[in-house]
Amino acid sequence: MIGALAWVTLLSPLAASLVILFGTWKSRMMSGRVAVGGMGLSFLSALITLTHFIGGKAGDIESTLSWVSLPGLSLEFGLHLDSLEVLMTLVVTGVGLLIFIYSMGYMSGEPGFSRYFAYLSLFAFSMLGIVLANNFVTLFMFWELVGASSYLLIGYWYDRPRAADAGKKAFLVNRIADFGFLIGILMLWTLSGLGGESRTLNFLELEGRIRLLTANGALSPTNLSLIGLLIFCGVMGKSAQFPLHVWLPDAMEGPTPVSALIHAATMVAAGVYMLCRVFFLFAGLPHVLDWIAWIGAFTSIFAASLALVENDIKRILAYSTLSQLGYMVMALGLGGYTAGMYHLSTHAFFKALLFMGAGCVIHGLHTNDIREMGGLFRAMPVTSKTFLVGMLALCGIFPFSGFWSKDEILTLAFTYSPILWTIGTATAGMTAFYMGRLWTVAFLGEPRSHKHHAQSAETPGAASFSRSHEAPATMTGPLVVLALLSVFGGLGLPGFIGHVEGSRHLEFNWIVAVSSSLAAIAGLTLAYGLYQRKWQSAPGLLAVTQKIRIVLARKYFIDEIYAWINQNVQQRLAVLLGLFERYVIIGLWANGIAKTTGLCGNVVRRSQSGKVQAYALTFLAGLALLIYLAAGWQCIR
Amino acid sequence: MTITLSHLLILSGILFTIGLVGAVTRKNIIMILLSLEILLNAANLAFVAFSRALGDIHGQMMVFFVMIVAAAEVTVGLAIAVVLVRQGGTINADEIRGMKG
Repeated sequence: MIGALAWVTLLSPLAASLVILFGTWKSRMMSGRVAVGGMGLSFLSALITLTHFIGGKAGDIESTLSWVSLPGLSLEFGLHLDSLEVLMTLVVTGVGLLIFIYSMGYMSGEPGFSRYFAYLSLFAFSMLGIVLANNFVTLFMFWELVGASSYLLIGYWYDRPRAADAGKKAFLVNRIADFGFLIGILMLWTLSGLGGESRTLNFLELEGRIRLLTANGALSPTNLSLIGLLIFCGVMGKSAQFPLHVWLPDAMEGPTPVSALIHAATMVAAGVYMLCRVFFLFAGLPHVLDWIAWIGAFTSIFAASLALVENDIKRILAYSTLSQLGYMVMALGLGGYTAGMYHLSTHAFFKALLFMGAGCVIHGLHTNDIREMGGLFRAMPVTSKTFLVGMLALCGIFPFSGFWSKDEILTLAFTYSPILWTIGTATAGMTAFYMGRLWTVAFLGEPRSHKHHAQSAETPGAASFSRSHEAPATMTGPLVVLALLSVFGGLGLPGFIGHVEGSRHLEFNWIVAVSSSLAAIAGLTLAYGLYQRKWQSAPGLLAVTQKIRIVLARKYFIDEIYAWINQNVQQRLAVLLGLFERYVIIGLWANGIAKTTGLCGNVVRRSQSGKVQAYALTFLAGLALLIYLAAGWQCIR
Repeated sequence: MTITLSHLLILSGILFTIGLVGAVTRKNIIMILLSLEILLNAANLAFVAFSRALGDIHGQMMVFFVMIVAAAEVTVGLAIAVVLVRQGGTINADEIRGMKG
């Protein structure tokens, strides 16, 4: 019964996507409704599933189909449900449904409306596949499918070169990461058969198998660590951890609802989710966990610093997403299974809210630059208020949901690694500063976009402020729902997530709570002072921060470094390999075989004189030889 | 002196050799075809000889098949010769180069 529901949850977005592709392609409104309907059905079945899990653990439920069945190799396509998956399904379908509805309003003027919804439904299907998969093969298939649909959606406006490039960048960076991930999976597959049993990639079986193999010493810690690192490599790609973070800010070229759904709430969280799913692998590997925690912490403070000087509203949010993903990864590295998943859920709510709020602003003003906004508080009251709620949740202000989840992570860090705790708290302060800056510049003060009037009256952005008005109800409705979730969404979650072996959980700690709140308030105050009270025009401050701002604005030159590596290392290697191909592979191997064959042919063709009688003579000689041999054979016998 | 199997086989062998030498050495296509006929009939003679010696009718049956095949072969062969004359004006086997590799 519940197994069947899981299939409904998984397949209804796919069905919607196919219906749009083959049926309602021509009719825009119908396509939108079909997509929302598919997502709604998915959400509904996820809700029904939840009722089975509330109150008392319903245990693990699996529903599998046999896919490949050969001697020595049997793969299955299966779904698995426990409280972790139910929670993630609810986040994906719930936030997804809201964003689908929002997209109906946001994308209403687009010519590729049906295409957009077909892609979005395909994405929802793939994402649910990752969440529900019960083994690594199924997970990896959906993992790649998510990458593909993300590529399609980033490059949705494929006629804009920047969007097309961003799509390619995202795809390539993820490919690099997935390569490591795939090797990790294959290694795990091979090593799972060490004890003599048939090999497996099923999560539940692996959990017992790994414990058994490490206990009797068949699986060495080195091998297991290698597997852990390789699998974490996949996480670094999807969840955009340093140094594979470069694709996420560029992915903001996609439509804003896509950024909200894929590049903030769900897909980028898939890496974190996957870490939770296979946490049993890491439970006995303290060094790998340390590494993971440090990568996460570094990403979080690194990305937060980049957000400080960014002016594009969506990119600020993108860096903030990176930073929060860093928090989650750090939490898992510290053994905080519950804390990581908790922050993932609350983050999904408030970050989707922030992106959709930004979408409303962009929809009204036709600009991404916060310096061209200003004074939106009066023009767009609903958007502004819900955005404020999302922002406070992100900054971790009491009593919003973000406070509780961030607090869990920081408490873990405080107890196990004071340095990580310092980094985390500093990041919290920076988060508050850049969000405060965003809010102050964009929503307070005087409208600044009217300066365009003087320059050109014809451009679409020219009369933007006079046209900036509240977005339609299909867009503000989801905002309100998400704002409520951002306030109350975290209640009772940690208990529902539960614990797994090797995970850590700590009680509330006053020092951590007070210090992170103080950091957040300090950040907000500083931002308000600098940008509203005009402290930043103080000449000394400008000069001091000049160099820092340049470095930050160029994103620590990471893109330049990658471009340099690309040009000087990869290109030269490519030239070398090109020569190898031209002369060795083509010259010696491919053409060599052809030339040898041709040469032999030229020699042999001389025997083909075209004279029938010569053939007859040869024929005769052959016959004589045969007779001689046959006679000889007779003699021997 | 009675005619034994050996005599007949020797005659058949002589005829076969004549046909073979003719087919390999003569340059005129007509002559080559005639030589082929001699080859086939040498084989026929051997068939009949064995048939008589062994008292088995199958050898003689085989001769009829060979005769029919020979008739068909000559028909096709002469048709080819006619076409060759029309196209190249020659029936000299050495001057026909169409089959050179």
